[in-house]
Amino acid sequence: MLERILYNIIQVLTVMIFAPLIKGILNKLKENVQSKTGQSILQPYRDIWKLFHKDEVISENSSWIFRVTPYIVFITPIFVTLLIPVLTTYPLFFAFMGDMVGGGFILSLGGFFAALASVDTANPYGAMGASRTRMVGFLVEPVFMIVFFTVSFVAGSTIPYIVQMHWVTPVSNFFDPSHILLMIAFFMIILAEAGRIPVDNPSGHFELAMIDESKNLEYSGPSAALIKWGGAMKFFVLLCIFLNVITMPWGLAQTQSLLAVLFAIPLVLTKIFVFILVLVIVESSLAKLRLFRITEFLSAAFIISIIAMITVFFK
Amino acid sequence: MIDHTTTFSIFTELAELSAALFLLTSFGIIAMRQVQASLIMFILQSLLLAMSAIILGYQYAINHLFVVAGVTIVIKCMLLPWLLRYTIRKEVYARREILQVLNIPTSLLIAVAITIFAYFITSPLLKLSNDVAIQFNLPIGLAVLLLGAYTIMVRTEAVPQVIGILSMENGAFFAGISIASNLPLIAELAAAFDVLIIALVMGILISKIHEHTGDTSIKKMTILKEG
Repeated sequence: MLERILYNIIQVLTVMIFAPLIKGILNKLKENVQSKTGQSILQPYRDIWKLFHKDEVISENSSWIFRVTPYIVFITPIFVTLLIPVLTTYPLFFAFMGDMVGGGFILSLGGFFAALASVDTANPYGAMGASRTRMVGFLVEPVFMIVFFTVSFVAGSTIPYIVQMHWVTPVSNFFDPSHILLMIAFFMIILAEAGRIPVDNPSGHFELAMIDESKNLEYSGPSAALIKWGGAMKFFVLLCIFLNVITMPWGLAQTQSLLAVLFAIPLVLTKIFVFILVLVIVESSLAKLRLFRITEFLSAAFIISIIAMITVFFK
Repeated sequence: MIDHTTTFSIFTELAELSAALFLLTSFGIIAMRQVQASLIMFILQSLLLAMSAIILGYQYAINHLFVVAGVTIVIKCMLLPWLLRYTIRKEVYARREILQVLNIPTSLLIAVAITIFAYFITSPLLKLSNDVAIQFNLPIGLAVLLLGAYTIMVRTEAVPQVIGILSMENGAFFAGISIASNLPLIAELAAAFDVLIIALVMGILISKIHEHTGDTSIKKMTILKEG
């Protein structure tokens, strides 16, 4: 029991420590593809460090929501981390406290507060960003739901630890059409939810074209650092759900020894690195969609998840 | 290590996967904005048809399914796109955005309803057979057939309509290789060459229409007149 709590803590620490690194590697690779030298892969750590040592400015007209939001944005990915398999194939201490739907709700709670806070300061760009994020959000939501329903159809459960084992026992389940289609649909959702290129440009600096970034324009100092770090952790958590739960549990610790759990960290990071390579190829070869084309992109994701469900349901 | 039943079930899953992707390309044909992209979707669809035929042929040791797969690849993936590009070169390449009767999300939702309908009407038939391949090939073949007809309805351009007709043929073929896998080879060959001739005739017709009216939109052809 005690070691399961310990492993759960190791899991949270892994996510907290390596989340900015993943962002850094992603930025560096993208710049390299554009034949630039690119920033150091440690740049996100330096940004967060610098922001923590700066003073903070808060508008006098803002309410408690504005002040509380950075903490919520920071803490929600950590809660989700407790529920999902990051390093182990066997359930840890908090594993049965919530299923994938619960994890999705906790993640969207952070998004909800971020949207409220951006409207709170009455910055016009904030409200615009919030409404756009909500638009993308409510288009993503049905796809999430269908994906979870399909998963619960197939695996008979929405507890991530049970779902991930279903895809590889027996091995032929990996090639199940519903599995492959769910992977495609979930990949498209990640692009939308993490604000990657066909939906949103994460490196854009033009407020009118921003979707995700413009919500956080008003934050400064430690609050900005928390929001940055929280955003990186949310991305990391989404990748863990995609790679470990939806795709396959290979590379995770199978035995209960501490060494196996520690050894799983580089393996999981390697998996994420491979995913990032794919992401960089996708991002560098596509252009950002016009705002009203996003509905088409996400309706395609919806259709793919629906077909996944049909192939299971009528089997 | 891996015994025969495991291999068999992996192949079944692969056949099912290619069936699902086959259905997905049909949605792609409906939703793609560019003629070029629609054509690529059609080529992919034909490739998946061939892949499905190869897997079924291997699983049930039916040799002539390999020939069917070969004919499909040569005719539908190579000759047909080349023919369409050759006869209607300008139309395939120059046109970027093409109009639809409905907007894309709506038309995709209707397409989903059609797919569910196809599954629904084939479900009594599926109970009659224990064959695994029929369980997914028949409903998906029928769905692709109906979706091809739907493509013809919803597209207002001539070239995507031709692609719609060809994908209907693909759907019928896809259902055919599972239901009547012992169909004489000559019938399948005839069907395949039929498609080629259809594409040639339609391609020439479209290019003639384009020469006369400067457009291939169907909307302007509602009023027929002589001279």
